[in-house]
Amino acid sequence: MSTAPQLVYFSTRSGNTRRFIEKLDLPAERIPFEKDASPLKVESPYILVVPSYGGGSVAGAVPKPVIHFLNDEHNRQWIRGVIAAGNTNFGTAYGIAGRIVAEKCRVPLLYRFELFGTAQDVANVRQGVTSFWPPHP
Amino acid sequence: MTDMQAPAAPKLSRIDAINWNRLQDDKDLEVWNRLTSNFWLPEKVPLSNDIQSWKTLTAEEQQLTIRVFTGLTLLDTIQSSVGAPSLMPDARTPHEEAVYANITFMEAVHARSYSSIFSTLCATQDVDDAFRWSEENPTLQAKSTLILDRYYSDDPLMRKVASVFLESFLFYSGFFLPMYWSSHAKLTNTADLIRLIIRDEAVHGYYIGYKFQLAYEEATPERQAEVKDYAYGLLMELYDNEVKYTESLYDGVGLTEDVKKFLHYNANKALMNLGFEALFPDTITDVDPTIMAALAPNADENHDFFSGSGSSYVIGRAEATEDDDWAF
Ligand SMILES: Cc1cc2nc3c(=O)[nH]c(=O)nc-3n(C[C@H](O)[C@H](O)[C@H](O)COP(=O)(O)O)c2cc1C
Ligand SMILES: [Fe+2]
Ligand SMILES: [Fe+2]
Repeated sequence: MSTAPQLVYFSTRSGNTRRFIEKLDLPAERIPFEKDASPLKVESPYILVVPSYGGGSVAGAVPKPVIHFLNDEHNRQWIRGVIAAGNTNFGTAYGIAGRIVAEKCRVPLLYRFELFGTAQDVANVRQGVTSFWPPHP
Repeated sequence: MTDMQAPAAPKLSRIDAINWNRLQDDKDLEVWNRLTSNFWLPEKVPLSNDIQSWKTLTAEEQQLTIRVFTGLTLLDTIQSSVGAPSLMPDARTPHEEAVYANITFMEAVHARSYSSIFSTLCATQDVDDAFRWSEENPTLQAKSTLILDRYYSDDPLMRKVASVFLESFLFYSGFFLPMYWSSHAKLTNTADLIRLIIRDEAVHGYYIGYKFQLAYEEATPERQAEVKDYAYGLLMELYDNEVKYTESLYDGVGLTEDVKKFLHYNANKALMNLGFEALFPDTITDVDPTIMAALAPNADENHDFFSGSGSSYVIGRAEATEDDDWAF
C-alpha cells in the first residue's frame, strides 16, 4: 500500500516551493508544470502548497496548472487546507494565491512563508502538518 | 576579482531577430509580461497630497528623509546605467536580454521618481545639500565602489550576485524610512510610490537570481564553492558597511536597531534569491510588526493556524478572480 500524500504542491522552474517541500521531508506530490505532462490525480486528503504569481494583483495569482488541478472535482474534494508561498514585497498581494484558493475551496489558509522559507517556517509547518493530520473526515 | 578564472559563459555570439513565439525559457516571457503590465510612472502617484504631512516633520527628520532618498537615487542610477546593462552580454537567450533592457529603463524611472518627490515636497537648497552630502559620504561611496567593482569585473556570476545584493539588500536601509513614516500615517503617498519600487525590485531580484542559479548549476563543484564564498564574503563586506551607513543616518532619531533587523531580514531574502541559505538567525530578523504591516498590509495578520493562535484566523475576503478558467 502506498502512503497517501499529505501535501500537494506546485513550483515553477525557479523551484523555491520545491526546495521548501524538500526541507520539510514529508510525503508530497507535485502538480506538473510541463504542458505535456499527464495530470496529477489525488485520491486522499491533502494540504495544498501554492506560490503566488500575480505580481501584486489578483489576476494570474494562482498558477494555471493549480487552477486546472483544482478544476478537477475529484481532486478538489480532498483539499483540507492551503499554505501560501510568496514575497512580502508584493504588499497586499503577499501570498494572495493562498487566500484565493482558501476562499474558493472553503478551506483554511494555514500558513504563509516567503521564497523557500526560513528554518523556523520549516519547523512550524512540519510540526503543524504532522499534528493537523489525520484530518477529521 | 581578476584572479578568478570564470568559465566561458554561454554568450550570444551574433544578433538574430528576436522571436517571442519561440522561447528557450518560459520564465523570460512570464517575467517580461509581469514587468510590462506593472509599468508605472511617478506622475501616477498624488505626491502633492503629502505636502501638509511633510511640514509636520522636524528639520532633522526632513534632512534624514532627503538624504535617504538621495542614497536610493544613487543605487537606482547605478542599476540603470551600469548594473542591468552589464548583465546583457551574458544573457542566455535573446529574450533575457530584452528583459534586461526593460529593467534598465525601469531603474531610470525609479531614479527619476525620487526627484519627483523632491520637487513636490522639498526646498531646492535642501536637496542640493543632500546631493552634495551623497557625493562626500564615505559609507555611501564605499557601497557604490563595492558593487561597481563587481559590475566592471570579468566574472558574469559575480555581476549577478552584486546585482541581487544591491536590489534585494542594499535598498532596504533606505526603504525602511518611508515604511516607518507610513506606519505613523505620514508621507503615505510617498510610501505608495516606494511600494511600487519595492514590488519591481522583487521581480528583478527573483529573475536575476534565477538566471544566476541556472549558470551556477552548470559550474564545476570547485567553481561553485568559489562563487559561494565570494558571494557570502561580499555580503559581509556590504553588511559591515551598511551598519555604519545606518548608524550615521538613524542614530539621531533612535531607529538604528530597528533598521538593522530590517537589514537582516532582507539580507536573508537576497541570499534566497540566489538559492543560498539564509545567514541571519530568526532572533535578529524580527522586524517591527508595524513596519511589516506598512510593507505588506495583512502580513502581521496571523496566518499561523498551526501554532494554535489560529483564533485570529480569517479566510480572506472574497477575491474577484478575473481568470475565466476557474470552472467552479
Ligand atoms: C512574476 C512574479 C509575480 C509574483 N507575484 C507575487 C504576488 O503577487 N504575491 C506574492 O506573495 N508573491 C509573488 N511572487 C513571488 C513568488 O510567489 C515567489 O518567488 C515563490 O517563491 C515562487 O515559487 P516557485 O519558485 O516555487 O515557483 C511573484 C513572483 C514572480 C516572479
Ligand atoms: Fe530600482
Ligand atoms: Fe531593480
